[in-house]
Amino acid sequence: MSEPKFNNSLVRWIDHRLPVFTFMHHEMHEYPTPKNLNYWWNFGSLAGIVLVIMIMSGIVLAMHYTAHVDHAFQSVERIMRDVNYGWLVRYIHANGASFFFIVVYIHIFRGLYYGSYKAPRELLWMLGVVILILMMATAFMGYVLPWGQMSFWGATVITNLFSAIPLVGESIVTLLWGGFSVDNPTLNRFYALHYLLPFVIVGVVVLHIVALHRFGSNNPLGIDVRGNQDTISFHPYYTVKDAFGLGVFLILLSAVVFFLPNSMGHPDNYIPANPMVTPAHIVPEWYFLPFYAILRAIPDKLFGVLAMFAAIGVLFILPWLDRSPVRSATFRPIYKVMFWVFLFDCVALTWLGAKPAEGIYVLLSRLFTAYYFFHFLILLPALSIFETPRSLPKSIGRPVLDGGGGAMAAAPAATRERS
Amino acid sequence: MVLQRFARGLLFLGVSLLVLIPNVSVKAAGGVAVPAQDWSFSGVFGTFDRGELQRGFHVYKEVCAGCHSLNYVAFRNLGDLGFNDEEIKVIAKEYEVEDGPNNDGEMFTRTAIPSDTWPAPYPNDNAARAGNNGALPPDLSLMVDARVGGADYLYALLSGYHEVPKGQEVADGMYYNAYYPGNQIAMPSPLSDDGVEYGDGTKATINQQARDVSAFLAWATEPNMEQRKRMGVKVLIFLIVMTGLFYVSKRRIWADVH
Repeated sequence: MSEPKFNNSLVRWIDHRLPVFTFMHHEMHEYPTPKNLNYWWNFGSLAGIVLVIMIMSGIVLAMHYTAHVDHAFQSVERIMRDVNYGWLVRYIHANGASFFFIVVYIHIFRGLYYGSYKAPRELLWMLGVVILILMMATAFMGYVLPWGQMSFWGATVITNLFSAIPLVGESIVTLLWGGFSVDNPTLNRFYALHYLLPFVIVGVVVLHIVALHRFGSNNPLGIDVRGNQDTISFHPYYTVKDAFGLGVFLILLSAVVFFLPNSMGHPDNYIPANPMVTPAHIVPEWYFLPFYAILRAIPDKLFGVLAMFAAIGVLFILPWLDRSPVRSATFRPIYKVMFWVFLFDCVALTWLGAKPAEGIYVLLSRLFTAYYFFHFLILLPALSIFETPRSLPKSIGRPVLDGGGGAMAAAPAATRERS
Repeated sequence: MVLQRFARGLLFLGVSLLVLIPNVSVKAAGGVAVPAQDWSFSGVFGTFDRGELQRGFHVYKEVCAGCHSLNYVAFRNLGDLGFNDEEIKVIAKEYEVEDGPNNDGEMFTRTAIPSDTWPAPYPNDNAARAGNNGALPPDLSLMVDARVGGADYLYALLSGYHEVPKGQEVADGMYYNAYYPGNQIAMPSPLSDDGVEYGDGTKATINQQARDVSAFLAWATEPNMEQRKRMGVKVLIFLIVMTGLFYVSKRRIWADVH
């Protein structure tokens, strides 16, 4: 790597003493990135930007919010009515949470399809799972803050899950509540943690990026970069591509914020929390539904909770469950099909999580839950042994040796189309 | 070529937006389908009809306010309905609110001023229950967002006091309503034909009043809705142009990548 030359003397002066400009030049400008990344690779940087949007809007909300059971609901309504553009900030924050999960789920499924979790990126992947768990905790506690009916009863249901843990369960729940029911101490500690955790997420995101820059991005072919002919500098190529993706994202977010701001929320959360009245259906936010479906699929409370946590925990060991040396599903004929089956399974679980736990839904939840774990614990290890991958291209520079590339691999070939 | 691809992208975007919009058929919590109404405030360019809001306010003031509070609406907010400052002061003067304590430590009542929120009919929930056969009349400030179906549901509920169908029992002190979950509601039919007299000469049928007051409550739920939609149109136009420029830049910059 050559030392960058800066024309501005002030920049040179600073950089000599504190090499931030060299660092940025190295990690943003020179940082070699595979030239065949498709649009599915936009979602990583997009998730980072959404995190910033959430923190900025959240800090403004925190300036006007009162974390007390007697005032929380009212203070949120004050934000909506009397704070200048408070409605805008709150709608951005509330819908931004949903969009954050959409972006991150796409980011995760992109990793699953292209085998981005495989060596040497195992820790990168595991840090990502840590981010997901922190996001879920943050989102859950954030949903409690408006102190509506769903806030209160969602908090009651979810915190009660911990009581299933043998021996210490009840004590843990009391600790979470700060008392013997969901009440003011619960709201206060949730608020404190909801403010803290996003900055913990920022920390883990930094580690995630450090780990990413160690070996650089995976790519749609899943083969290693062989040299300069396979890469382009991150800036300006991927900065401008990410900017375009960000624009599309902001259009979608704005459409919802300005025209359907309550479409992803539950009407019951506009009713102030009332410990005496239980809502007819207590439904978590949509992004928790697959895990909620898994929880309810198991008849035993303890094992249901364990299965729910295992559903995320299994992602940690995914790099060692899938031992196939080929990363990209493009060259794995069976895995490619099973990826879509698995995606369907997750969508089905999401749908089932929103349905009442009765009749056919219970049976379906059990089937799809069983398949979820079958995919990770049996199918992937078995495929590692039995699947015959197609032959890999020699390099990114000449990707089409034997007509390789499926529907998803076609996107990077914007360059091919032009020639 | 570039434009074509951009147009294709926009089409894709539009389709995904349609998929995102979930409320195709609205069902109340009880599972009864609520007929969709044609509101002036629905849609991307929707605005409130001032006449409708003022009539709805009249219905709230004369009928609903006897039992239902409107805690988050202040007199000053009535400016949105087209009342001027003087008119708002006059309206506020009709009401007494409790204030204090004064320098002697006593609470006192005074006439309301525009910055006061709407005075609640009962001092607390227990008093409200005691006055209503044990049932609590909910605060109406957020009714449209707090019920599945929103304004459509409110209209259906208020105009849905039909004859009890054969074979259905209604408990003592309860009333049959076609759209209330479970069909038994503690609120007697609040509206009657010509129960109020509109200042603008509109005939005050039950349906007309139900419609007007539902629109008024839609405003009360979200007084900033018009500002939100106006801003949304501008923001979207800006973002679409900006994204188009990003796309063109992306094509230009990537042109040398082979």
